[in-house]
Amino acid sequence: MADNSKAATAERGEQERKPSPAEQNWERTTLRETLARQPERQREFTTVSGHPVRRLYTPADLPDFDYERDLGFPGQPPYTRGIHSTMYRGRLWTMRQFSGFGTPQDTNRRFHFLLSQGQTGLSIAFDLPTLMGYDSDHPLSEGEVGKCGVAVSSLRDMEILLDRIPLGDVSTSMTINSPASVIWAMYLAVAEKQGVRLDQLNGTTQNDILKEYIAQKEYIFPPEPSMRLVIDTFEFGMQQVPRWNPISISGYHIREAGSTAMQELAFTLRDGIEYVQWGVERGLPLDDFAPRLSFFFNAHNDFFEEIAKYRAARRIWYRVMGERFGARKERSRMLRFHTQTAGCSLTAQQPYVNLIRTAIQALAAVMGGTQSLHTNSLDEAWALPTEFAATLALRTQQVIAHESGVPSTADPLGGSYFVERLTNELERGAYDYFDKIDALGGMVAAIERGFPQREIAEAAYRYQQAVDRKEKIIVGVNDYVVKEETPLPILQIDESVARQQAQALADLRRERDNRRVTQTLKDLESAARGDKNTMPYILECVRAYATLGEICDTLREVFGTYEEVAIT
Amino acid sequence: MMNERKIRVVIAKPGLDGHDRGAKVIARALRDAGMEVIYTGLRQTPEQIAQAALQEDADVIGLSILSGAHMVLVPRLLELLREKGIADRVQVLVGGIIPDADIEALKKAGVAQVFQPGASTQDIIDFIQRSVKP
Repeated sequence: MADNSKAATAERGEQERKPSPAEQNWERTTLRETLARQPERQREFTTVSGHPVRRLYTPADLPDFDYERDLGFPGQPPYTRGIHSTMYRGRLWTMRQFSGFGTPQDTNRRFHFLLSQGQTGLSIAFDLPTLMGYDSDHPLSEGEVGKCGVAVSSLRDMEILLDRIPLGDVSTSMTINSPASVIWAMYLAVAEKQGVRLDQLNGTTQNDILKEYIAQKEYIFPPEPSMRLVIDTFEFGMQQVPRWNPISISGYHIREAGSTAMQELAFTLRDGIEYVQWGVERGLPLDDFAPRLSFFFNAHNDFFEEIAKYRAARRIWYRVMGERFGARKERSRMLRFHTQTAGCSLTAQQPYVNLIRTAIQALAAVMGGTQSLHTNSLDEAWALPTEFAATLALRTQQVIAHESGVPSTADPLGGSYFVERLTNELERGAYDYFDKIDALGGMVAAIERGFPQREIAEAAYRYQQAVDRKEKIIVGVNDYVVKEETPLPILQIDESVARQQAQALADLRRERDNRRVTQTLKDLESAARGDKNTMPYILECVRAYATLGEICDTLREVFGTYEEVAIT
Repeated sequence: MMNERKIRVVIAKPGLDGHDRGAKVIARALRDAGMEVIYTGLRQTPEQIAQAALQEDADVIGLSILSGAHMVLVPRLLELLREKGIADRVQVLVGGIIPDADIEALKKAGVAQVFQPGASTQDIIDFIQRSVKP
């Protein structure tokens, strides 16, 4: 049980550091002389997360290192070195650029462009009204339609968005959370129309509501019914869409909200534990749904810390799924993840420098063994990317894949004293957080008490202070500053998108069979009031062209809405 | 000091966006600088924000917007402040992803200052302390 993993971590890492005689000799002679001549640049060196870094790592930092227990071989437990035995020699990671803006027509054009440029998977960004379960013509949608992603209010929008995209062949990731089951149902309905069977579909819905309460804050319903909707998708997916990942348990947004790498790791995996717990409590067979759980991490600037984070994540998940839940299938214990480079690291100043940041971050993701990767575009501190900027971002991945030589060997930093030590430290830190959250009664309870939110806000404030005091340098922001005019062309989304969407919705409401819409919504309402799986009912509403807003309003009626207690 | 009134700041996030890292960091920095800060929480309509400013007798409203909806939401708030007759005594600051091209228009509409990404918390504190007359 959990105690085993705690005992295991206590025996790793927490021992006193005992340098060898040779190392002590080096400290007394060579090092001391150098320091006498030239002191170090800073008194203390830390990662971007504020985690301390020693000047040198040696065998003394890995006192009871056991290769087979701690690392093993790629494709074998505990998967520290990666989940495939040949890693990128067999198949490169999926280059999956997140994209979406304006009308469904606009985004469909961008998808075809990206596929023509060698992108290997689709990833859909939805606008804020869609993320919040409002139709484009809702009063609260004003000013937001098509701005941060594509506007999708009905199956008709989804049909346009996916026009001429063969859903049996591509894999599609959809960044949608609170209304995930509705948007997923729209995707499934388009597949049906294309004549593609549900068991042929590949893709991922983000569907991670816990990190919404923790970090991104795009929630609609209270935690309990939200968790029920998530588990409904697990069950439906298991039975009917077996190759779909019904969730992407996300640290990305936790990190963007200002967490440290260790908090990102800990809260994400503890969220994962919570979903598994709820699935098991529903009575779903663990080894039937666990293999389809996928993860999503950030790739920030601190190169080695990020690589250590991915390696620690795989090892923790392997241990937790076995020790805590008794998973039997190896695939249930194997952590697969997507990575996106850190949006919050991009600067509005001297934006071309962002290309370099993104390249370093992407390299960390690849060296950490990611399964798929999104690289941000250089203009994203300003707006959604132009086609030019999006192409350069994709090219960054292609250079790493084909020119850098990095993908030729699995886990190239495995065995580095520094990286192994950092991996151990992050793992131990995550277990400490697990203990705290377990003591609060689990993640839902911890969220309701504001625990992860407060930890993140604290870290974000500490980081901002470090930047303001120039303890952390950001090139072009608090050092190497130049005067510049509007630095680059940016993508503008105007209000005509909202007008087009409103017109399309008016047409839809006139043309569809409104009796069928009312009936399917009523059926959904009674399913939601009871304990039936909501997914088949949502699918019926979608097939009848009920809108996203209508379906979410039905669920709001039953479940109520959530307001957080704001923490500052 | 007895008769020195603290500067009162309402920090608000209008629109549907939930990215509140910046709003929370600023709220805390202003509080640490000795101001009275009221954070309204997420997804406030311009109407709710204007009402909060009135009720709280605010000197400053700090808006955090990252979604691109600023050209719709900010002018509406300014209009509501005028309707309530408090536009002259409340300074409106906007922080977030605001392209250069929109800054002039926002200022013309009555925004006192726009802080773009990378602004330091000290810049914001200094601006408020300079421009608010107790």
